[in-house]
Amino acid sequence: MFGDKIFKYITAFFAFFIVISFLMLIYELYKGSYLAISKFGLSFIKNTVWDPVNGVFGALPLIIGTIVVSLLSLLFSLPISIGVALVLVLYLPRKISRGLAVLIETMAGVPSVIYGLWGLYVLAPFLRENVYSVLQSTLGFIPLFSGPNYGIGFLTGSIVLALMITPIITAVTKDLLQAVPISIKEATVSLGATKKELALIMIKYIKPGLFAASLLGLGRAIGETMAISMVIGNKFKLFPSSFFDTWYTLSAIIANEFLEATYDLYISSLVYIGLLLLVVTLAVIITARIIIWRFSKVRGEI
Amino acid sequence: MRIVVKMNKSVYIVAILLIVIAGTAYVFVNLSQKKETTTYTTLTTTTATPTMNKITLNGAGATFPFPLYDKWCAEYNKLYPNIFINYQSIGSGGGIRAHLDKTVHFAASDAPLNDEQWTKAQGTLTLPMTIGGVVIIYNLPGLNQSLILSGEVVSKIYLGEINKWNDPLIASLNPGITLPDKDIVVVHRSDGSGTTYVFTNYLSRVSDKWRSTVGMGTSVNWPTGVGAKGNEGVSAMVMQIPYSIGYVEYTYAKKNNIKYAYIINAAGEVIEPSTQSFQKAVEYAALKLPKGNESWANVSIVDMVATNKDAKGAYPITSFSYIFIYKDLSVVPGMDKATAQALVNFLWWATHDGQKYAEPLFYVPLPENVVKLNEETLLMVTYGGEPLIKK
Repeated sequence: MFGDKIFKYITAFFAFFIVISFLMLIYELYKGSYLAISKFGLSFIKNTVWDPVNGVFGALPLIIGTIVVSLLSLLFSLPISIGVALVLVLYLPRKISRGLAVLIETMAGVPSVIYGLWGLYVLAPFLRENVYSVLQSTLGFIPLFSGPNYGIGFLTGSIVLALMITPIITAVTKDLLQAVPISIKEATVSLGATKKELALIMIKYIKPGLFAASLLGLGRAIGETMAISMVIGNKFKLFPSSFFDTWYTLSAIIANEFLEATYDLYISSLVYIGLLLLVVTLAVIITARIIIWRFSKVRGEI
Repeated sequence: MRIVVKMNKSVYIVAILLIVIAGTAYVFVNLSQKKETTTYTTLTTTTATPTMNKITLNGAGATFPFPLYDKWCAEYNKLYPNIFINYQSIGSGGGIRAHLDKTVHFAASDAPLNDEQWTKAQGTLTLPMTIGGVVIIYNLPGLNQSLILSGEVVSKIYLGEINKWNDPLIASLNPGITLPDKDIVVVHRSDGSGTTYVFTNYLSRVSDKWRSTVGMGTSVNWPTGVGAKGNEGVSAMVMQIPYSIGYVEYTYAKKNNIKYAYIINAAGEVIEPSTQSFQKAVEYAALKLPKGNESWANVSIVDMVATNKDAKGAYPITSFSYIFIYKDLSVVPGMDKATAQALVNFLWWATHDGQKYAEPLFYVPLPENVVKLNEETLLMVTYGGEPLIKK
């Protein structure tokens, strides 16, 4: 009664607190970027010049870069994550599976700077000497495979990002697979399915959850700052000229230039980029939520 | 319905323990940071006796002088164990911002305050603390001799007009060397930097096209190349990527043993970057410098030397590195009198004794006339109107 009411109000307060904090975040971003918004308006999103000397700023290359690099990293990461989760749940003995799961979850906790350093000093030279050079010599006649071979670039950046989001997606997928009702598994096996067919059926069963897991990974990839700024090459251009070219993302430019932005319009433009980053992240999340919701409705679930 | 909670005995014990630990920690921390009355210090020659309680000076700014400032912090702490100087090398732009926002006790930058910043930070004193040169580093596997480049060639490389190492313009400057038929990988800074400021200052002087299309600044719209963060990042990238070229402060090239190019100066001589050639450049430029409390927005060693045919033996890409403080230190929040005194004493020491640490770290010590200039500037520093140095 009375105690219940207090409990209800306290928890409601905490729930609203989160919403209010988020709204305050949006308000601060808006306030900080007001100067840039009033100067550039929405054309900021279409502009392709970033010139701090002359005070001209635009974000289109960064938006494209962020989206492409994040999607690419998800593309690399999903098959690996699903595969690892399947192996953990269906193929490995329980004890090894548990140990390996702990190891994978530890990977998720490794700071992104470490991934960045490893990417810069180990992965990039390795790819440059052993992978990109081979690709260039065999497929170099295709324009997409020619051009300078730096080692760092958006492809290397996507690979590093993929490594960073794999543990998250794997952990969630593993939990989802383990939550598949035993009745489904028994029914499938009793119909004479092989392990491979069982795996495929289980994947199909957890599809909405898989979508949510990919989303988690994508969200992390979009916001990733340190590792990507060390490995992507920080080149402000609309489109990379080849697979081995360098590029730039919304978060990397903020990390690189925010401390050094010495005049108000410069700072405001960077806050505007922060606002755009938030919008992109929200758009991705909301789209995915809608898709999950509709998918669940179609399947007749809640 | 009344909910009765029975408290476990162990809960009481843990709670009391936590309170006791918190209490002792609080008392301990506060006792060691007692704020004492300050004592004035009179400077005789170069040293001063500071107050005996722990003082922390916070500075931030340029990455270029970081190795030297770091050495100064350590050496000064050895002399005065209660004074700790904390310098964050976040870049010249960050240093300038910190100075404008008054979030640090002293700020460092390779670029002086420009007109807009000068009006925003009224009452700034500018102190040139050391001198350094920006060198062009490169990674040409198998090449043991030093490459010779001219300002015009470097600007064309950074404009993207010269793409291959064996371009005739480079080859004509290096007759004895067979240059490889490889693309030049251009590396620049991704963050705002005083090093970039000096380098683009030089490029703007030697190339009209650079001046009109790109210009100079701590952060510019680079026509080509990849960006790396900090002098350390550019060094790392050039060392890693074969056939690359970059620009870093001399110290970083020396420390990492990276090959750097000889530059042809305006007098037509081939100049090897060295403390001597940097010092020669300063000699030509230090003839007329503003006072410490005036604007240094137009001070540039590069401007005096890069196109000056009479600057013999001078390396053109040379610059001061500055420290900014406020003339009245009481305007900085969190600066009490003891800290202000320690700051002024430290800067006095750095201008005199600190200079002997410059050469071993590949920086150039200040010439005598600049030291005198800094002395006059430091005499101007006050705390709420009271001068901190009494001669």
